[in-house]
Amino acid sequence: MAVEYFKGIPLIRPLIDLDNQGFWEAVKNHKLVIQRCKDCGTYVHPPRPCCPNCNSFKKVWAPASGKGEIYSYVNITYEKVGYPGMMCPHAVVLVELEEGTRLITNVVDMKPEDIYIGMPVEVVFEDIAPDLTLYKFKKSKGVKAKKGKR
Amino acid sequence: MPTIKDKAAIVGIGVTDFSKDSKRTQIHLACECILAAIKEAGLKVEDIDGMVKHTGDGADECRILRSIGGRNLNYYGECRYGTGGSSSLVLRAVMGVAAGVANNVVVYWTANDSSKRVELTYHVGMYMLSTSEAEQLSFYPPVGLITPEGQIGLIIRRYMHEFGVKDNQFGWVPVVCRENAAKNPAAIFYKQPITIDDYLKSDMIVDPIRALDCHTKIDGGMAMVVTTAERAKSLKQKPVYIMAAAQSAVQGVEMMTSYNRPVISGLPETSNVGKELFRVAGVTPKDINVAQIDDSYAPLVPMQLEELGFCKRGEGPAFCDKGSNIRLGGKLPLNTSGGSLGEGYLYNMNHIVEAVRQMRGTAVNQVKNAELALVSGGAGGPASGLILRR
Amino acid sequence: MIPVPPPHTMPLPVTHFDNIGFWQGVKNHGLVIQKCQGCGAFRHPPRPMCPKCRSLKYEWAPSTGKGKVYSWVTYRQSPHPGFKAPYTVVLVELEEGVRVVSSLTDYPPEKIRIGMPVQVTF
Repeated sequence: MAVEYFKGIPLIRPLIDLDNQGFWEAVKNHKLVIQRCKDCGTYVHPPRPCCPNCNSFKKVWAPASGKGEIYSYVNITYEKVGYPGMMCPHAVVLVELEEGTRLITNVVDMKPEDIYIGMPVEVVFEDIAPDLTLYKFKKSKGVKAKKGKR
Repeated sequence: MPTIKDKAAIVGIGVTDFSKDSKRTQIHLACECILAAIKEAGLKVEDIDGMVKHTGDGADECRILRSIGGRNLNYYGECRYGTGGSSSLVLRAVMGVAAGVANNVVVYWTANDSSKRVELTYHVGMYMLSTSEAEQLSFYPPVGLITPEGQIGLIIRRYMHEFGVKDNQFGWVPVVCRENAAKNPAAIFYKQPITIDDYLKSDMIVDPIRALDCHTKIDGGMAMVVTTAERAKSLKQKPVYIMAAAQSAVQGVEMMTSYNRPVISGLPETSNVGKELFRVAGVTPKDINVAQIDDSYAPLVPMQLEELGFCKRGEGPAFCDKGSNIRLGGKLPLNTSGGSLGEGYLYNMNHIVEAVRQMRGTAVNQVKNAELALVSGGAGGPASGLILRR
Repeated sequence: MIPVPPPHTMPLPVTHFDNIGFWQGVKNHGLVIQKCQGCGAFRHPPRPMCPKCRSLKYEWAPSTGKGKVYSWVTYRQSPHPGFKAPYTVVLVELEEGVRVVSSLTDYPPEKIRIGMPVQVTF
């Protein structure tokens, strides 16, 4: 099942600023992008003003394949430590994308107990509210995702 | 007793433009000016092992480290209290390198005060709950004393009352600062000098503080690299040695609202900073060739000159009268890049950077043969200062 | 006369354990000053410890409410929607020796003199 939300409790919106605007605009349009340094090609996430590898300020929003694997996860079962807007139990996962960067997100259509490290996943998008679209991941079939340049 | 005299030097400075809207985030400004400072020093990012910042600066050192690909910080710390914070940060950096805890420490300050694209750190979120601010928030805003202009206005009114200051005598400070800024392409008021008549015609924001008495908020960032005097000799730029660095908070101090001391028409913190600076450096006010004095509010400048010993108590406004002593070519040129009034308000960091340039001989409004520079910050609250030499 | 703005737009005092006695006094139309029970010194703003003798014991002593204007400023441009400019903020030195920040009611700013006697009202 998908992550379920309590009606009437607003979810926290992501803090959008000039450096990460491009990322969230893409998500709104159901696309996953990663900041990529124009000079040395390094993928950078979370978005930063300059490249940690070569210090260039030139960057592009490179489309991501959307494929990755579960790097780590937690299963929140106790309502008091979970986010009030989300029903327990729900899992929060760390996905390592093919490109090498990682995202904190949720997995849909799965019981938290069935999640395992290394599980191949691919991105889906959920329009939760008119001003809130989030990227989520579902289990993908087939070839295990390979690691990219970080 | 050992002191920090001449143990450290400023070896690199990096600045962004000052503007009304940087169109960048504070973290972006921080990366820009810090990378520029590191490059100017002839160092690499991996050489930086220390970073000190203002408590409320949204660009925190760890995020900067992540962004610039830095390796490791053995020394990080912060300081508060506005313009009293910047020289305090240099003191922190000096202590870090003098004690051998770090090799190269970055001091930085970023602001998006004009565009208000301000990023908060959790410290700032908690800032409002600190006991000092809770005290202030309890007693002053409900009666309308909300802004620093009003808060410092009560102190300045008292000074005017006790020393019989006439209305236009404070005006020479903004006139001279704007004169200097008018010649400085990096200043927010480049090519826009003012006259004493402009000053007298300017609106009263909070009687007795006029619009032209107030600093101009900007977006921008500045950074510098501090290392030991030994290491400085082999680096790219001519070292600017830190002869002394000091900070002070005196009993009864509140940030801009120290109303409960027996006498409130002075700046005891600045006086203490001055005493400490001259003691450690082993020089006197007469030896200072150029001074960068906190001009967040113009009337505070003559008050600081008195406290620092450049003139007698009560004679500050007369010292500044007509501007002849304080402009370029005068007895004690002040705020040669324009200061907070003319160049832009970056919490006294631009005063320190200008002092460094004066010592290097590369300032736009260069004081000839300047050998010693003094920086004073934090007037009206916890204060700090530096004496630099070439 | 300070024009009274609608209550919800005024910044309200931040009250906490150490200063609640002061604000309760104000609510009951009485000015009280924190008085150290160790050495008798008055202090303001309220703090948990006496800076003179470092005692943590204190009481809320009633003030005569009389004092003199120690300093003042007049806001000509309002910094907050809850306050209509021009308005005057005064620093009053009370008979007890402590100073409080307050507003001056029913008095033209041009006539304010440092040292002029004032009396608290609520």
